[in-house]
Amino acid sequence: MPNLTLVLFLSTLLIFSSSSSFAFQSDELLLDDEEFGLEGGSHPRSPEPVITDSPPKQTPSIRRRYSDPDLDSKIQFTLEHAFGDSDFSSAGTFSARLKTWSHGGQTLTKLRFARNEFSDEEKDAFKNLLKGDDFYRIRLPSNVVTPPGREYVIASVRARCLPRDGLDEHIAIHMDGANILAVSYGSPGACPYPRQLKLPGKWTFNSHTILKSSEQAPRTPIFTEEILGSSENMEGEAEAPVERSFWAKYWMYLIPLGLIVMNAVTQASNMAEEQPAGSQGQAPAAIQRGSAPRRR
Amino acid sequence: MAMAIKASLLLLVFLSSAIVSFSLYEDQVGLMDWHQRYIGKVKHAVFHTQKAGRKRVIVSTEENVVASLDLRHGEIFWRHVLGTNDAIDGVEIALGKCRNHLHYMWCSAISGYVITLSSQGSTLRAWNLPDGQMVWETSLHSAQISKSLLSVPINLKVDKDYPILAFGGGYLHAVSAIDGERVLQPPESSIIYVLGFLHSSEAVVYQIDSKTGEVVAEKSMVFPDGFSGAVSSVSSDKIVVLDSTRSILVTIGFLDGDISFQKTPVSDLVEDSGNAEILSPLLSNMVAVKVNRRTIFVRVGGEGKLEVVDSLSDETAMSVSLPVADDQVAFASAHHEGSKIQLMVKLVDDLETVLLRESIEMDQHRGRVDKVFINNYIKTDMSNGFRALIVMEDHSLLLLQQGAIVWSREEGLASVTDVTTAELPVEKDGVSVAKVEHTLVDWLKGHMLKLKGSLLLASPEDVAAIQEMRMKSSGRSKLTRDHNGFRKLFIALTRAGKLFALHTGDGRIVWSMLLNSPSKSEACERPSGISLYQWQVPHHHAMDENPSVLVVGRCGSDSSAPGVLSFVDVYTGKEISSSDIGHSVVRVMPLPFTDSTEQRLHLIADTEGHVHLYPKTSEALSIFQREFQNVYWYTVEGDDGIIRGHGMKSSCAGETADEYCFTTKELWTVVFPSESEKIISTLTRKPNEVVHTQAKVNTDQDLLYKYVSRNLLFVATVSPKGAGEIGSVTPEESALVVYLIDTITGRILHRLSHQGCQGPVHAVFSENWVVYHYFNLRAHKYEVTVVEIYDQSRAENKNVWKLVLGKHNLTAPISSYSRPEMFTKSQSYFFAQSVKTIAVTSTAKGITSKQLLIGTIGDQILALDKRFVDPRRTLNPSQAEKEEGIIPLTDSLPIIPQSYITHSLKVEGLRGIVTAPAKLESTTHVFAYGVDLFYTRLAPSKTYDSLADDFSYALLLITIVALVAAIYITWVISEKKELSEKWR
Repeated sequence: MPNLTLVLFLSTLLIFSSSSSFAFQSDELLLDDEEFGLEGGSHPRSPEPVITDSPPKQTPSIRRRYSDPDLDSKIQFTLEHAFGDSDFSSAGTFSARLKTWSHGGQTLTKLRFARNEFSDEEKDAFKNLLKGDDFYRIRLPSNVVTPPGREYVIASVRARCLPRDGLDEHIAIHMDGANILAVSYGSPGACPYPRQLKLPGKWTFNSHTILKSSEQAPRTPIFTEEILGSSENMEGEAEAPVERSFWAKYWMYLIPLGLIVMNAVTQASNMAEEQPAGSQGQAPAAIQRGSAPRRR
Repeated sequence: MAMAIKASLLLLVFLSSAIVSFSLYEDQVGLMDWHQRYIGKVKHAVFHTQKAGRKRVIVSTEENVVASLDLRHGEIFWRHVLGTNDAIDGVEIALGKCRNHLHYMWCSAISGYVITLSSQGSTLRAWNLPDGQMVWETSLHSAQISKSLLSVPINLKVDKDYPILAFGGGYLHAVSAIDGERVLQPPESSIIYVLGFLHSSEAVVYQIDSKTGEVVAEKSMVFPDGFSGAVSSVSSDKIVVLDSTRSILVTIGFLDGDISFQKTPVSDLVEDSGNAEILSPLLSNMVAVKVNRRTIFVRVGGEGKLEVVDSLSDETAMSVSLPVADDQVAFASAHHEGSKIQLMVKLVDDLETVLLRESIEMDQHRGRVDKVFINNYIKTDMSNGFRALIVMEDHSLLLLQQGAIVWSREEGLASVTDVTTAELPVEKDGVSVAKVEHTLVDWLKGHMLKLKGSLLLASPEDVAAIQEMRMKSSGRSKLTRDHNGFRKLFIALTRAGKLFALHTGDGRIVWSMLLNSPSKSEACERPSGISLYQWQVPHHHAMDENPSVLVVGRCGSDSSAPGVLSFVDVYTGKEISSSDIGHSVVRVMPLPFTDSTEQRLHLIADTEGHVHLYPKTSEALSIFQREFQNVYWYTVEGDDGIIRGHGMKSSCAGETADEYCFTTKELWTVVFPSESEKIISTLTRKPNEVVHTQAKVNTDQDLLYKYVSRNLLFVATVSPKGAGEIGSVTPEESALVVYLIDTITGRILHRLSHQGCQGPVHAVFSENWVVYHYFNLRAHKYEVTVVEIYDQSRAENKNVWKLVLGKHNLTAPISSYSRPEMFTKSQSYFFAQSVKTIAVTSTAKGITSKQLLIGTIGDQILALDKRFVDPRRTLNPSQAEKEEGIIPLTDSLPIIPQSYITHSLKVEGLRGIVTAPAKLESTTHVFAYGVDLFYTRLAPSKTYDSLADDFSYALLLITIVALVAAIYITWVISEKKELSEKWR
């Protein structure tokens, strides 16, 4: 199936969808708002294992508020691409729901992505990029409500990073309300440095899209005396030292000792050979003392 | 001295298990640290030479310092550094004030007060003249920002008190000198004339009754051409200004409240006149105008008629007029003639009479004379003598008297903008240690003394002798490289565009050099230095070359002004070459490539988005073209909140013929929403930092791989509302967001938002961690957060067998285009102090544990172990974790008084801390600059790889000799015994 496949992530819920309004046919039912049960359902065209990566705290609120249609508004914004230094042209469409919270904040949810297929000229342009190891660039509006907002948010990747079986891309959109701060674009895996020229087997995109919002910093813990006091108690309980083996305790003494003994033995045996006629009792010791530093 | 580093590693492990807190003993102060006190470029100077007692000069400077200097030696009696936003507008001495101090009338006529007006005329302070204590402070009401003036009229006496007149913010205030209260009861009525300008085209005269402060009369008149520039008041009822075209001198008379204008074109006075500029000095009935690089003196006649009296060529600095005996008024002018300074004192009324003419030999590297202040004194033969305080172009301050320089102060060092380090030359003819330790007797004597000292037998004289010996014998001020790398040069670039080389041993200036424009053209008279780079650091194949530094300057304050490059030899301080580069300088990027002579390749980006390669040699070009595809750079547009990444595109051969110029293309952008985020801080790692271990071993024998990338950018943003001062917003309105961005691909690797927090953010970035300091509005405390980044893609390389068999990806090149698999650990702590700057120690191989150097608000530097900001700290660390050196978690970071590396000193106006590694792994150089300079050597894990300075070699030698003797004696005895046994 050469058509585009879209994967989209929304909190921990994900919806695979394809839209029928573009240059491809989809055999898939359009999703309603309430079909969250799809998580478990296997999808025949799911190209990759599901990746879930989003702030989990959003999940319950989305589920709860989802039936509230008047707070949502459907929006669409386009992904544009450029080959090397060419001008930007449309490459696909994101559609999403913009939820407006009672406190005035806005959140983008239910993001879907419909990727246009490369036309023949675009294929040629992309092949040129691959040959020159040049940049494939994409851009998004910096505000999804009033595109393009202040300015476009641009990202680019070396074209040789994309082709595998098909063309694999990973788009992480960093959001702040209705604003797009930045978009990270690249292949979903590694792209080791001496980039090899490789033409894609299929001219279809496997798109992985992910929305990222800001993480809240944890609050600095404030310890009261009691907590500190109890921690000391805890320490007191844990006072009993773990019994360690003899070797673990004294290895640092044993190893040098062993070396010295071995050294001495070698010395002694050497001596015996050198001086077969047994000399006085203290002589071996004296010679050993004298020669040991020389050896070191 | 230095043992093998590997052997010392074990020792390091033992040492680091104890909490090492750096501290000094009292007698160690000054052994390896030095501190220099400065005041900055002098703006105003008031002499105080009356009566007996100390002769002093009170100065205020551009570093917002008010100081009292000894006129005999130039030492600082006292000084006060006002805040950065508290610029001093005027300084005066108020004299003759008496106060009824309980029982007796107490006249402080000898002492007097120093009055300063600061903060755009809104703060008036009085300091006691002898000791600099603040006597009173009055804050004056001000409505708008305007030029402010301070004057202490001598003839206006009000009830035994001389009021001070201060103008600022659209108000005129009369303030009592005794207590700073506003004066309300002057005994006799007098009129103060005030002339002001409205909208730069209308002159207004107010007559103010000094008794009540009421405006008696007001008169205004419109001058259609408009005014511009400085005002010169020539007499009590006349002033001269320039019109807006700067070609016509306008004399304004305001006698009795009537205003009259009289225009005189400058071209009538001198031929081929260009734009004129009125010089500020106050000369009676005379105005000094600068036209066509000449200074002309114009006498203002009774009817406003102007006539040229005198003219001086070249740049001339002039003093304000000074009353000398017999109602005469004199002024001083100073100008350059060759390598000498001509100082002349003339009478204002009669320019032919030259009271003093002196020519003084002056160092070329001080530049031109910028300001002159004169003071007269009575010579022994009862004639008038003059002394002049001059400020040079390099901001240095000199006192001239009797044709000689009495003292000089290098005040340029109070405004250091950039610092780099350089090695000293290698010792050529092997001077042995014996030469330093003159004779064996001295040497033995010294060691006997040291032995005494260590056995606590030394008398106070002995202690002093030991101290002195330590200072001398270490040879720390020699001008050659030492084995441990303790002797180095710090190259400092000052705001005046002067380079100083400071010796780490004793802080003396080895050489200094004022940057000159190469062409000395009109367009670039005084280039200002921007930054400093190590241009050539020879170590492998270019050992005979001298190292050199690159100074990047700019011809003007505008960022689009053309740049100037200057290459300076570090050993000699001579400029090797310099060039006008003909394009602007936005960013200078040292590349990690060097050519065959070890010259580092640099890219300079201009405002048009082009980059230029330096040095302009074909060899550099070929090196660069090999790496052309892999060169990236980024720009931060702070005002717009946009960060852009760029890659190389092609040579800009199409536009210019310059083959060293390249065009770039935009690869990525990060656009911060303007309504919620504003960039306040960006930071990268030091490019020359060395990371020794890539991995960190956990307590459970687990490996954590550090995510060490040179291409990480730390960005901190706050809500636009919260960009102001602390406390100006509520916690709900302000949020601080920090980012870690990969500058090759523009990926945001880490993003953390702190709700209810506010800047300013001070951060330090080293290895794989960032530590940043900010204010928490909810907790009303400063906080410090640490973020450590670990690489997960290499996490599978834990198996030893994999490493042995080579089945690991540790040696594979890391590409930014791979999807980063990393995770971060972070933790926050409270910190009790406000911070001015943060730095981190750096050592030669990166083995030694690190310390954060925190420049506190009290202008001191606190050394804090990195282990205190370790995100793995827990409340109850296990036994294993404790052994590893993890400190139990506390909510705030400790401030241990002994760990102030500045001990009792203050680095006034602290602005930056620079660290540089010594050759000895344990040791790092620390150089802090502000108004003051401070240097010390630090060993964050103690000097585990060298013996202590006071190690007694004599004792060691004696022990060895004694042992050898004992061995010999016992051997002889045993031989004898053996023999006797054999004879038995």
